[in-house]
Amino acid sequence: MGLIDRKLPDNVLTTTVDSVINYCRKGSIWPVTFGLACCAIEMMACGAAKYDLDRMGIIFRATPRQSDLMLVAGTVTRKMAPVVRKVYLQMPEPKWVIAIGSCATSGGIYNTYSTVQGVDEVIPVDFYVPGCPPRPEAFFDAITALQKKIMTEKVVRK
Amino acid sequence: MINNNISEVITVNMGPQHPSTHGVLRLVVDIDGETIVNVEPDVGFLHRGTEKLAENRTYHQVIPLTDRLDYLSPLSNNLAYCLAVEKFFDVKIPERAEYLRVILAEMSRVASHLVWIATHALDIGAMTVFLYAFREREDILDMFEVGTGQRMTSSWIRIGGIRADMPEDFFVRLKSFTDKFDSCVDLYENLLTNNRIWKMRTIGIGHLSAEDVQVYGTSGPLMRGSGVDFDLRRDEPYGIYDRFKWEIPVEEAGDTYARYKVRMKELRESNKILQQALEQIPATGEVMTDDPRVALPSHEDVYERMEALIRRFYIVSKGFKAPKGETYQGIEAPKGELGFYLVSEGEERPYRMKIRAPSYVNLGALNKMAAGHMLADLVAIVGTNDVVLGEIDR
Repeated sequence: MGLIDRKLPDNVLTTTVDSVINYCRKGSIWPVTFGLACCAIEMMACGAAKYDLDRMGIIFRATPRQSDLMLVAGTVTRKMAPVVRKVYLQMPEPKWVIAIGSCATSGGIYNTYSTVQGVDEVIPVDFYVPGCPPRPEAFFDAITALQKKIMTEKVVRK
Repeated sequence: MINNNISEVITVNMGPQHPSTHGVLRLVVDIDGETIVNVEPDVGFLHRGTEKLAENRTYHQVIPLTDRLDYLSPLSNNLAYCLAVEKFFDVKIPERAEYLRVILAEMSRVASHLVWIATHALDIGAMTVFLYAFREREDILDMFEVGTGQRMTSSWIRIGGIRADMPEDFFVRLKSFTDKFDSCVDLYENLLTNNRIWKMRTIGIGHLSAEDVQVYGTSGPLMRGSGVDFDLRRDEPYGIYDRFKWEIPVEEAGDTYARYKVRMKELRESNKILQQALEQIPATGEVMTDDPRVALPSHEDVYERMEALIRRFYIVSKGFKAPKGETYQGIEAPKGELGFYLVSEGEERPYRMKIRAPSYVNLGALNKMAAGHMLADLVAIVGTNDVVLGEIDR
């Protein structure tokens, strides 16, 4: 607080509880590792040194009970859909979902008997990332969009 | 008083949402205490109906589907499929395209093995290797992006050649990559090969003898790590692999450590092939065959000649007809023998496409490899199996 001390001697910093909590939340998004198909490899590339998700406070957790973001990266099949929903329900509130890639968004090129046409048929989705698979930059765009959304949320009074 | 002779088998579920199952593999494990009695893989969580979809698409339209089978090395799948279709027509591939195909396939192998070493080491507990291996993989993906415009699923290998020639920058980058890559493999080996923890977790784990290899039909490093000297690139050569000099790494031990050594040597051997291909590749030349049965006429031709316009329109809208019959082409993909079996009824679409996926066959040996080991070793055994669920479930 050294800077403010000298310049604003008699002032009080005011903020809201909402923005403090939201600021903390947006800086420590912990997604559940949920790689389904090809997009999961790009998700891993995002986590590696070149793109480095850690600098945004994102650390992959292996269990849904410790995470607040679900990255659905890949094709959701009819056999997998109940598992996706179960993992989503196991996550504590507040929770967000990003559908990564064409398959999770809309089924992509797989319009078949076994493929769910978009993960939003089983769980609510906040952001959709297009691409097959999306570039890591597109992935980061979704993360920053999510951070903006988190800052607008009401914590104290819903 | 505790009776130690009581043994009770309990069943544990592992996956499909598990960080170490490399996708959506589900394992039903019977354990007695900590010892594995039986492992039963439950596959199908990524079944997307690729083979069925292929029956409704023209031969060209199937290529993007093959990309997404083994998504760690999409271009190897393209190559296997295109070689199978080309067998119908006996197409002559231009020289430069043949070299570029080898270059792309070997780069895919390196990229695939890098993901394998990254995740395998991460599962066992060596985080550093993940970061280094992905650094080199990013170099390869950047090269793919320079050449093809896509990082992973580029569908760049087409029937009759490749989509387009590579820019000069691609070769410059590849040259500097091949020059430094051996030292990168040294780096991974420094971290792992003599690491005591790594050795304890891998030596003697997941044993597979040469007889087991024959019984289960495993291929690729799961075969060469058990002392079977077989590689489709040498023993049933396709493309122009007979022009390169490289060695096929074979280890006798048959455990996880032996397979680790095989794959590490394969990285170096692939690098050798890449270096030789860069030296031998003709400086200029066509990259797509001019065989009118499969290739699109060039744009110049389309603007000037009516027949070329009609031909182009026909191939794009309806596809080309393959002669009646069936073909099989196997290639040495990073995971093992990847084969495409195509049946044609003389139409524009394959009547049936069967994919012989190496991961699927290799996964069959999982119970043999895991039974009798501790539950914690199962992660190492799944890692050394190097499965990709995209090609198992298809």
